[in-house]
Amino acid sequence: MLFYGAIVFLPLLGSLIAGLGGYYGISTRVSEFVTCIFMVTVAALSWIAFFAIGFQGIKSLRIPIMQWVTSSDLTFNWAFRIDTLTAVMLVVVSTVSALVHIYSIGYMRHDSGCSRFFAYLSLFTFMMLMLVTANNLLQVFFGWEGVGFVSYLLIGFWYQRLSANRAAMKAFIINRIGDFSFLLGIFGIFMLFDSVDFDVLFLKVALGQTTQKLHFLNWDLDQQNALNIVCLLLFVGAMGKSAQFLLHTWLPDAMEGPTPVSALIHAATMVTAGVFMVARMSPIFEFALTACGVITFIGATTAFFAATVGLVQNDIKRVIAYSTCSQLGYMFVALGVGAYGASVFHLFTHAFFKALLFLGAGSVIHAVSGEQDMRRMGGLRKYVPMTYWMMIIGTLALTGVGIPGTLIGTSGFFSKDAIIESAFVGSNVASEYAFWLLVITAFLTSFYSWRLIFMVFHGKIRATADIMHHVCESPPVMLVPLLLLAAGALFIGIVFQPFFFGKAYHHFWNDALFTAVDNNIMEAIHHVPLWVEWLPFFLITIGFFMAFLFYILIPSIPERLSTTFSTIYKFLLNKWYFDELYNLLFVRTTFAIGNFFWKIGDGKIIDGFGPNGVAAWIIGITNKVVRMQTGYLYHYVFVMMIGITGLVTWMMIRSLN
Amino acid sequence: MTDKWPILSTLTFLPLFGALLILQIKGNSKKARYDIRNIAFLTTFFVFILSLIILADFNVELAGFQMEDKIDWFGNGISYHMGIDGISVLFVVLCAFLMPFCILASWETIKEQLKEYMIAFLILETMIIGVFCALNAFLFYVFFEGSLIPIFIIIGVWGGKGRVYASLKFFLYTLLGSLLMLIAIMAMYWQARTLDIPALLNHTFPPHMQTWLFLAFLASFAVKIPMWPVHTWLPDAHVEAPTAGSVILAGVLLKLGGYGLLRFSLPMFPLASAEFTPLIFVFSSVAILYASFVAFVQTDIKKLIAYSSIAHMGYVTMGIFSANMQGVEGAVFQMLSHGIISGALFLCVGVIYDRMHTREIVAFGGLVNNMPKYASVFLVCTIANIGLPGTSGFLGEFLTLIGVFRVKSWVAVIATTGVILSATYALYLCRRVIFGALDKEKLQDILDLSLREKFILYPMVVLIVFFGIYPSPILDVVRCTVEALVRNYHEIVLI
Repeated sequence: MLFYGAIVFLPLLGSLIAGLGGYYGISTRVSEFVTCIFMVTVAALSWIAFFAIGFQGIKSLRIPIMQWVTSSDLTFNWAFRIDTLTAVMLVVVSTVSALVHIYSIGYMRHDSGCSRFFAYLSLFTFMMLMLVTANNLLQVFFGWEGVGFVSYLLIGFWYQRLSANRAAMKAFIINRIGDFSFLLGIFGIFMLFDSVDFDVLFLKVALGQTTQKLHFLNWDLDQQNALNIVCLLLFVGAMGKSAQFLLHTWLPDAMEGPTPVSALIHAATMVTAGVFMVARMSPIFEFALTACGVITFIGATTAFFAATVGLVQNDIKRVIAYSTCSQLGYMFVALGVGAYGASVFHLFTHAFFKALLFLGAGSVIHAVSGEQDMRRMGGLRKYVPMTYWMMIIGTLALTGVGIPGTLIGTSGFFSKDAIIESAFVGSNVASEYAFWLLVITAFLTSFYSWRLIFMVFHGKIRATADIMHHVCESPPVMLVPLLLLAAGALFIGIVFQPFFFGKAYHHFWNDALFTAVDNNIMEAIHHVPLWVEWLPFFLITIGFFMAFLFYILIPSIPERLSTTFSTIYKFLLNKWYFDELYNLLFVRTTFAIGNFFWKIGDGKIIDGFGPNGVAAWIIGITNKVVRMQTGYLYHYVFVMMIGITGLVTWMMIRSLN
Repeated sequence: MTDKWPILSTLTFLPLFGALLILQIKGNSKKARYDIRNIAFLTTFFVFILSLIILADFNVELAGFQMEDKIDWFGNGISYHMGIDGISVLFVVLCAFLMPFCILASWETIKEQLKEYMIAFLILETMIIGVFCALNAFLFYVFFEGSLIPIFIIIGVWGGKGRVYASLKFFLYTLLGSLLMLIAIMAMYWQARTLDIPALLNHTFPPHMQTWLFLAFLASFAVKIPMWPVHTWLPDAHVEAPTAGSVILAGVLLKLGGYGLLRFSLPMFPLASAEFTPLIFVFSSVAILYASFVAFVQTDIKKLIAYSSIAHMGYVTMGIFSANMQGVEGAVFQMLSHGIISGALFLCVGVIYDRMHTREIVAFGGLVNNMPKYASVFLVCTIANIGLPGTSGFLGEFLTLIGVFRVKSWVAVIATTGVILSATYALYLCRRVIFGALDKEKLQDILDLSLREKFILYPMVVLIVFFGIYPSPILDVVRCTVEALVRNYHEIVLI
């Protein structure tokens, strides 16, 4: 209890100290120191937990903390669930977070809101840890929305910039669209299983004991369809958080935040929450075949789409952001075909090399005085040599360089090839589509990654002399985290590959991931044809040489291509026009509907016929009544006569009946 | 009359006693104003303490009414009968909790006729606590209508420029509802020969009569809640009301409607309730969508929050008529949580209104630069308003939604879109008021929260987070009462 409590709550404590302390005049150095020390401790503890759970076969734990809600048959409490999946996530989250904390000491040195920044970072880490240790869907949702909110704060960290505020809002609202669906998914789960507790859910679904049929909208769903619908709803939630196709538009804009934030939140941890959630719910998703088909389809589409957009972007952070989007697509493909181990492994390795790339990019941006446009960089290799090599390592890992059939390769090589192979052997409707798209994407990935390297570090110097005058390598406090991440990007693939999806799979996962009896994909990926193993290798090599050709040998090609195929180029440059489309469809309509309801609905109709109408009506009648009082006696007698006649007539008619 | 000390009556009339004390103070000297404020604050503070004592003394294991006082009045079932159950006790505490803050919020802002202002608030407190404690329909009616007069005066006298129009509109709407309710109460007496609420709860009204009684009561409660389409008085009333008036209006007065539905409509006219449930569901989901969209385009901060209140009350009506444990518990929780959250939000608006004397959104921007503490409080209230888990706003929405999902998934799906819409208008507001650069000339010297304002806002923020993480203090109190309510309902209405 104390051990895991420390892992989860130390960041919260650090956040409170830095945050409240910031108000009451604790110096920035103190808040930096406190949060960093706490995070390093948490990271160390997480690795201990990881080895204890994953390798010493300690059974998974449930640690109750506190009561939360009890409402008749609906109960959910604060509790930790510690198993291998949690342990993996603990390691990813706390390690990257600790390194980002340290890196930020250097990166944010000149920023006035430093205490606030560290408070947010630690708060984010706390929320993320709550998410991954959750033992029920509601606690997942707590962490889920919590990280979304802190992400909102961090994207808008430089609150004086309008663009940052806009991006923060956009991120939160699009995430909320996903959360809307996630909530409905939770309702559906509760209807089906009478519980939101993971243990109960997994037990019941395994025994086929869903309590009742689900009536959703106009459909009466049998068990199979109900599971499909519920899983789809949950998956849409994951799409929002993990920036999948259609709900992806917030991620590139989120790059408005400080770069360490992009590394921690928008690459390594928060955006992988969707992947984690589906993996966590694998015992249920395994039985929802249609939903899994959709997941594969969306994942593959995202991977391809984001890579195509990444080809032409000029902002260094946006290229990496699209790359993240694309890699998340890979993870979802693996989830969809049932290769959960491969997916989580890619999550694990991706966290290291993508954080490395982002922090490396941050180091570059730091060197060129905040410039992010790659067209104004170039030739930086000699000025920031360490950063250069770190970025090379990150790129090697991202593109998945390695020799097929051997155990030589960067971490991305193992995880990414495993996913491509799993798509090949996968048996759901979309797996063939996914396989080919992922293979093409591997080529695109290689091209845009090397394009980035060549544009930034090679070729002519395109920055102004003034900027070049200030160029210098980052301080050690920023480089050491890069080194550690680089070590991870190079070696964790080789070290952990047997456990995540190799020989020691069952011993390592210890039932934290569920695979149905007829799902033997984890076995099948070790027996794919030779050409499937080698195909990605050839494609990434071609990608490298094409980038070399385009950006080193004959730098005029890209420009000629962009004018020749200007339609395609613009289509890609404008990110398939999603922002424009959504702006037209949703943003403007919201204003229009709002104004219509307000001015017409409330103003003209309800008030017009309601209170204002009644008031006008009463005034009108009063005026008429006033006019009736003419003062002439014969008018009154006349009216009286009519009245009496009427009354008498009525009485006569009544007596006749 | 029992031998015990009539603690509920003491609680109810204590504010009135305070008002009498204030009445004795003559003049408008500095000393007099000082005394007036202190007496008002101390009275409401003692009421709050007393309400906590009552809560501590309350037996949560019992479903029925407790701490009853009963005196014969007009005989034949019209008696002075007070008592509380698991639902009403919490509303009493909520009202007693908010009142001292209202007095504090008016500390410096009310310049004219301070004495009358404070008296109006104290009478209002008596009336509201009376409504929640009344166990006789006649007494309920007296308090229910009585509460209108002080708030009507507060808006009409100490309000903004359009106060006459706003209070007239408010009056027209409530008049309609009240008259119908009065007729319904008379009809009930005619049929049941008593107006004692516990007796009425055991009385079964004939089905056709239930329909008419239900509609008559609904007319009154729907205006109070306010339910779409009788909501348009609320934005105007809020905009014109002084800060404390808005707080008490949004915090407690709106809850009279929801409370009425739980006290009368659902248990006394179950057949009619079941019959009209689809209608209520439609109105509730329309309210959530409609009010959220309208909130989005508002230019006045208070109006925006007022429309957001309408949307949030949609969850309440929806939850009540889902008539299951989660729905009803969620509705009660939502009302209490919204009482605190909307109260805090209106207080936040008051803070900047006091400084700038405007509520136009465009007049602000970049407040976080000069007012970091204010910005933090505003942000916490905002995220509670949009129902972020970990704040009390989430649990109310979640429970009502899950309650409705069990009955009609369609309604839940539509209502759940509220989570997207609320985020949209609330964050859009934050972006324009709190964030951005501080480039408006007039805002350059704006000051952060004063000690008095901190004392008002910080406890609310703490409670919002506390109940979001640990709602048991509320849920435990309402459980037995709601269980009995739902059980009785389903004995008559089979699903």
